[in-house]
Amino acid sequence: MEKENLVQYIYGIADNALILGQRLSELCGHGPNLETDIACTNIALDLLGQTRSYYQLAAQLSGENVTEDDIAFLRTERQYRNVLLVEQPNTHFGFVITRQFFYDVFHVLLLQELQNSENETLSAIAKKAIKEVSYHQRFSSDWIKRLGDGTEISRQKVQEAVNDLWKFTDELFHLTEDDKNMLENGVGVDVSLLKEKYYQRINEILEEATLEVPELKWFRKGGKEGIHSEHMGYLLSDLQYMQRTYPNMKW
Amino acid sequence: MTIELEQHIDPKLYTILEMVSDPEIPVLSIMDMGVVRFARIVDDKVIVKITPTYSGCPAMDVIGDDIIKAFQKENMEAKVSLVLSPAWTTDWITPRGRKALEEYGIAAPLEEEADKEALLGNKKIVKCPQCGSKNTKMISQFGSTACKALFQCENCLEPFDYFKCLK
Repeated sequence: MEKENLVQYIYGIADNALILGQRLSELCGHGPNLETDIACTNIALDLLGQTRSYYQLAAQLSGENVTEDDIAFLRTERQYRNVLLVEQPNTHFGFVITRQFFYDVFHVLLLQELQNSENETLSAIAKKAIKEVSYHQRFSSDWIKRLGDGTEISRQKVQEAVNDLWKFTDELFHLTEDDKNMLENGVGVDVSLLKEKYYQRINEILEEATLEVPELKWFRKGGKEGIHSEHMGYLLSDLQYMQRTYPNMKW
Repeated sequence: MTIELEQHIDPKLYTILEMVSDPEIPVLSIMDMGVVRFARIVDDKVIVKITPTYSGCPAMDVIGDDIIKAFQKENMEAKVSLVLSPAWTTDWITPRGRKALEEYGIAAPLEEEADKEALLGNKKIVKCPQCGSKNTKMISQFGSTACKALFQCENCLEPFDYFKCLK
């Protein structure tokens, strides 16, 4: 097993948490009401905390001069391995919740498997994170039901988000070369095997929320290979602004 | 180092560690919180390992600094590191810690099943730390910090934090 493959594999998991955390933290002070504002930023905090654990491990593997901050702030767009789903903009609250719901369901399934990783640090992070992420899933699933089975407008808006974001769900199960390599070494998770359970859970909640399951069969991917949507550049310019403007600055 | 299976605390260090409190819940010492997993003197240096309550808990950095300062006062040099496994659970809060939480106005965590019922709003079982009534309702699944949910008492009308069960 090459160290570099493992580092890339870690990015593949951690970048999702970082970018989704960044999107959610944009809502700090801008949530639709105080409670959802606090909830979204709490979830962001959990995700950024998990990111730090993953990046610390990646930094250790990368050599003495690399820190977790370098990994978070100084890579270029194509070096980020997150899926397209998590970088999609907040648009309106229906999108925020749907994006969260689509990712949370996957995240729980992923961490359940990652707990068995032969890499003991990855396994420890997964065991810690799954407790937090199960709670996120409960929150986003509840909101899907509230909005879907709510008023005419809330239903229409959340259905719009479901239809729009659906095309990004398939990428979650795409195996990259690093995924395959880590799978062979007992470190990684075979995400392609999570697909059936994923759509089963998603469909159950959508039905309970009286929402329609999109019939779309056309999916987009690319993020895992570093080919991102246009939104990613804007997101990174915000995320990296301080380190780019004042190199090596510290709090 | 990510794993520290058993808790090892040198009794001599206990009183110093007890003076360090959680910056977000100042009435609670880090010992009562159950976040200290290891504390021993190795080659004249105090080695302390702490575990986070939640991955993103911003209090951990402050706790680390406070531990170093507490030992400095005793002319001892301390080194603090973070361990992740086994993951922290609310079961590690001591009975004295639970009491301190309640007195401070934070409802202590219920058992896992009861916690689920309370957070889903199925049962009124979370006791208001102000008036003791169980006629309370959840306002938000997330409170002022990641480890708490926001509740309100329908008897005395006071809002309060509930420390969520984490297993």
